[in-house]
Amino acid sequence: MNPTEQITGQTNEVKKEERPALLELRQIEKSFGDTRVLKGIDLTVGEGEFVTLLGSSGCGKTTTLRIIAGLEEPDGGQVLLEGRDMRGWGPEKRNVNTVFQNYALFPHMNVFQNIAYGLKIRKVAREEIRRRVTDMLTLVQLEGFEKRMPSQMSGGQRQRVAIARALVNNPRVLLLDEPLGALDLQLRRQMQLELKRLQKKLGITFIYITHDQEEAINMSDKIVVIREGLVEQAGTPARIYDDPRTSYVARFVGSANILTGKVLSLRNQEGVLEHVSGRAGFRTSGRPVKEGEQATVAVRGETIRIWPQKHQDYGLAGIITEKSFVGGMLRITVVLGDGTEMTVSRHGINFDYDAGQEVRLEWDQTAAVLVDREEGQPGKWGSSGHMDKEGRQ
Amino acid sequence: MKKNGWWMCVAPLYVFTLVFVLGPALYMVAVSFATNRDSGYGFQWIFTLENFRRMLDPVYLQCFYQSFQLAFTTTAAAVLIGYPFGYFMGRLSAKGKKVLLFLIMVPFWTSSLIRLYGWLIILQAKGIFNTALLKLGLVEEPLKILYSYPAVLIGMVYALLPFMMLAVYSSVEKMDWSLVEAARDLGASPAEAFFTITFRLTLPGLLSGVILTFVPSMGLFFIADILGGNKIVLVGSLIQDQLTRGSNWPFAAALALVLTIMTSLLIALYRRITHVRDLEGVF
Repeated sequence: MNPTEQITGQTNEVKKEERPALLELRQIEKSFGDTRVLKGIDLTVGEGEFVTLLGSSGCGKTTTLRIIAGLEEPDGGQVLLEGRDMRGWGPEKRNVNTVFQNYALFPHMNVFQNIAYGLKIRKVAREEIRRRVTDMLTLVQLEGFEKRMPSQMSGGQRQRVAIARALVNNPRVLLLDEPLGALDLQLRRQMQLELKRLQKKLGITFIYITHDQEEAINMSDKIVVIREGLVEQAGTPARIYDDPRTSYVARFVGSANILTGKVLSLRNQEGVLEHVSGRAGFRTSGRPVKEGEQATVAVRGETIRIWPQKHQDYGLAGIITEKSFVGGMLRITVVLGDGTEMTVSRHGINFDYDAGQEVRLEWDQTAAVLVDREEGQPGKWGSSGHMDKEGRQ
Repeated sequence: MKKNGWWMCVAPLYVFTLVFVLGPALYMVAVSFATNRDSGYGFQWIFTLENFRRMLDPVYLQCFYQSFQLAFTTTAAAVLIGYPFGYFMGRLSAKGKKVLLFLIMVPFWTSSLIRLYGWLIILQAKGIFNTALLKLGLVEEPLKILYSYPAVLIGMVYALLPFMMLAVYSSVEKMDWSLVEAARDLGASPAEAFFTITFRLTLPGLLSGVILTFVPSMGLFFIADILGGNKIVLVGSLIQDQLTRGSNWPFAAALALVLTIMTSLLIALYRRITHVRDLEGVF
């Protein structure tokens, strides 16, 4: 009995480890003419995950999506869907559907025909088509719109049709290319919630593209920050926000302050940075650094405290240059001795200091994090991001 | 004030249309019911249906049949050649498009009559076409293409093809190709995507091309006259003949009226069948 149990246990374990991710990109490369758009993208997407590809325009996120959809062939690397190499598979053969940025609804078909298109092409029985399309219309709250033409609908309604048209095919992965980009802010907030609700309800894997960091943080299980054709960092929204790996990520997600100085002391992954204007604490987050080295740290505006100048022993000295009230937060800009601008955010409008006043900035040692230090092998961040999540849980 | 100014701008258009389009058309209708003088020139304003009765003569019916038949064949050939051409032209790079548009335009700098005589030279017994066929050993005797139905057809298609190509091209140019990608993404093969999306959305252009080809081909009598000798008589030639040599204006007017009505009916029927209302550049 015992040996058998052991063996079964082992095989089970092996199986669990080798179970392929739903979608995996390995070192995807793509050039258009002389421009290298993707320089080796790694990405792992698990079943039922909401993954957001976040990046500024031209970073290669749309190209990545098109390669997953099969609308573009990569020059190098592999796309694995359910463990199967997708090379040579046209978009029509992949169990992946896309919600296009401009919706791409067929203008000569009404809402019903648009949504039914994929089923009709696959020769699904007429009765089943009717049932599934009707279910979809209910799901996206467009009952009674069957006969409407796309040109007679608002942006938000067209958006829903586009989502329904893709979802009706029960894709393994739904790709969404900045689907809310064309909508106004209020509608966008509403659609964010609806999309998230839809994704949870259906349990379908979403890969979502946006350049809006708030959208990414609100909706995603995992964020993949892409920069110049490479994965800069991948992880949960909390991880990306709290523990940015690079100053780019720190700035792009939640516009953190970046400070450069010399490492004065180091103990238990926590250190003190020496700057022209004073000293400040930081944590290394496991990234390699030595005493005496130059280092860059990122710190969020809302974790910075402002004190009067008289505190001499710690903190950074600076001069307030600007105050503005944005979105319920007071933003105070403080310029340090070397010209570095630090933005401090505070709740409420009451603030005792005026522009031109000298102050000291201070934060908890763990509030600032060391960035721009390689941790592990470069280029492996896409897949380690996935493990990251599991490691934390 | 504003309204008056607007009318000042539009008025010339109305005047022009009345004087040069509606006026002559109504005059033609009136003349078709007038009586021709038996001898000499001109006609009398005496009401008669004789001009229309005369058309029921088998000779004239044959002439109508031949005209429609040639127009249909010409249009069909223009569709088969012009659609693929216009499609691929629309998919070329901006530079490629410019070059092709230019090449299509170049022949229009020469009179169409002169270009037609060019075909005469190409198609005649000792012409380029036959010489080439003989040299290649494909035929033993020169083909008698000239002054036959094929020659007329070639001439017609040649003259009208640019309109078809440009009509199709203009609608392919406007095509949103992300729709084809969406179709592929939803499971359509390239062929399925073409027929359900691309073809359907470029149909207005194709249908405009059909009308731009079909209508003129009913009236282009000089092509049949030059390339068909006197073997193929079209309604157009008949009308011209009645106006000049036959000097029978009322009969010519009646023929023209019937031709116009039949063509209009065909177009109406055609639009009803195809359900296309927004024909590009035609209506």
